[in-house]
Amino acid sequence: MGQRVMITGVSRHLAGKLAQRLEADPEVEYIVGVDLEEPEVDLERTEFVHADIRNPLIARIIQTAEVDTLVHLSIISTPTRVGGRSEMKEINVIGSLQLFAACQRAPALKKLVMKSSTAVYGASPRDPALFTEDMSAREVPRHGFAKDSVEVEQYVRDFGRRRRDVSLTILRFANFIGSEIETTLTRYFSLPVVPSPIGYDPRLQFVHEEDAEEVLYRGTRRDHHGIFNVAADGVVLLSQAIRICGKLPLKVPLPLAQPVASVVRRLGLVDFPSDQIPFLVYGRVADNDRLKRIFGFTPKYDTRGALEEFVRGHRSRRLVTRETVAVWEQDVYDFLARTRRERAERAGG
Amino acid sequence: MAQVIPIERARREPDRCRAMTASGRPCRNKAGASGFCRVHQPPTAPERIGPFDAESVREILRFLGRRLTGEYWVDDFGFDPELTEKVFLPVVRTMYRDYWRTEWLGLENVPSAGAALLVGNHAGTVPVDSLVMKFGVLGEHPAHRHVHLLAADLAFRMPVVAQMARKMGSTLACNEDAHRLLRSGELVGVFPEGYKGVGKGWKNRYRLQRFGRGGFVEIALRERVPIVPVAIVGSEEIYPMIYDAKLLARMGGFPYFPITPTFPWLGPLGLIPLPSKWVVEFGEPIHTEEFEPDAWQDAMLVFELTDRIRDAIQQMIYTNLVKRRGAFF
Repeated sequence: MGQRVMITGVSRHLAGKLAQRLEADPEVEYIVGVDLEEPEVDLERTEFVHADIRNPLIARIIQTAEVDTLVHLSIISTPTRVGGRSEMKEINVIGSLQLFAACQRAPALKKLVMKSSTAVYGASPRDPALFTEDMSAREVPRHGFAKDSVEVEQYVRDFGRRRRDVSLTILRFANFIGSEIETTLTRYFSLPVVPSPIGYDPRLQFVHEEDAEEVLYRGTRRDHHGIFNVAADGVVLLSQAIRICGKLPLKVPLPLAQPVASVVRRLGLVDFPSDQIPFLVYGRVADNDRLKRIFGFTPKYDTRGALEEFVRGHRSRRLVTRETVAVWEQDVYDFLARTRRERAERAGG
Repeated sequence: MAQVIPIERARREPDRCRAMTASGRPCRNKAGASGFCRVHQPPTAPERIGPFDAESVREILRFLGRRLTGEYWVDDFGFDPELTEKVFLPVVRTMYRDYWRTEWLGLENVPSAGAALLVGNHAGTVPVDSLVMKFGVLGEHPAHRHVHLLAADLAFRMPVVAQMARKMGSTLACNEDAHRLLRSGELVGVFPEGYKGVGKGWKNRYRLQRFGRGGFVEIALRERVPIVPVAIVGSEEIYPMIYDAKLLARMGGFPYFPITPTFPWLGPLGLIPLPSKWVVEFGEPIHTEEFEPDAWQDAMLVFELTDRIRDAIQQMIYTNLVKRRGAFF
């Protein structure tokens, strides 16, 4: 008998991609996707259930469809789309809690794969350079998405203790980037001038959408019990990333970061929650050694490569390109050479 | 004779090289804009722009260009070797060479390859002694190695300092980072006195404070890397702290608030360090690989080694203080 998979949050880009991959796999017998919105991508044999994960219907589907693998991807990071922070918390925390409760009563369930985030490590000046899976946040996140992620991870571990027969995979993804996916960060880097804090140049780490999809697929198909940081090799500095994107930085003093973030949000440019400001001040880097050694997957793109792929795919206007800079270099050189020569000639003549 | 052939050739094959080969035949390679092929380029004097070599002007422009396009590399710690060597080093080198006239002793005790832990004394109100040590090894040591300094979290909290610290290869003083750096064969610099050392008053100058809790010895024992004691003389006089305004410090969230003969009286001018004479000595390394692999768990040994290193540094400081005739020359 083939695998029977349920995917929550299937309307999202990555979840849709995962469903497509599973559809193409003959060993996957049945796929059911749950979400409040229609999937972003075309799905053929995935059964779509238009429901909230808090709906008791979900528990019934898990049982009657004899789902053996649950892929929990409906953790959302920004509040605006769902109508406010309290609704976001409802979906993330209460939704997960009820989903895990439903799972506990599903004897056929063998595996739970959950999307978490490296945001659980927080972002503070007291952070070590790289976080490994066994470290916890130095300053525990008290707001927003990061707090939700910490809480949901706690619930899933509680569930794991109660159902020791279920293999539990927690995937802590770094920030997604790529030419197709749209996230807070991709919108941020598409702004013509990118607000960034004065006096700080945090290290950023991404994971390319293709690598993320591959990890989700492998995690769903095979058993990889444990917690894994899913992040690309290497880092880029925020200022460097802005330059690679061909944009100009708009330096904002830290006390003005909140107002600037809310202006950007109001204008509908980037849905940037203020609780993520520390991330753009102190940065965060996770160690992907466990992913490589134990999960057995080395991301195809490094952080810089992922960012460059995003730049190639997004045809947003680049204000500063390699070519223009090369022209400036030559102009300055010619100017220096000319003025020097003229001065020498004047002195000689 | 030599003039005849080029003219003839120029008429027949205008895009060929004008030079003669070693065997006396006309060269048959394609000519560039100069009329010669790539092999037979006539030697040209290096171009100059005023007093500068044109190539180095180009190099600087290329460097600036790379900064504008983001085409540079930083490691996982955010360390930017190019920026450190090309921008920070010249600035700090001018300070330690010409302003503080630093004398370097025992540089051969810093290994040219492999990991080591450099342990120094900390003083001077503003921790520039760590910078002098770091850039001294980069600039003066024959192997020109980078020392990764372990800094307090305050350094990563303060704007400007935070980004400079990471870019020059510093990281937070925590076990995880120290192990990670040593394991990858890097030089790591620590100042176990911490704030107690930097923020001690003028009357306590050159008197070593408590050496933390010996965490650095434990780390070196675990990684089995040599410990090099470093004695820095001269740092105490750059900002002599005659009073610590504790109330102001508490209000601002700083570990101490220095009052020096010039600060805050002279405003920004008071931030200029005094031109003391510096001597930096690297002592005989302590080879931790001679101990048992699990020696790091032996708390007594850790304390003993901590004391030994502290004494070694204190001794070097006294010796060099005596040798140095005055604080400023």
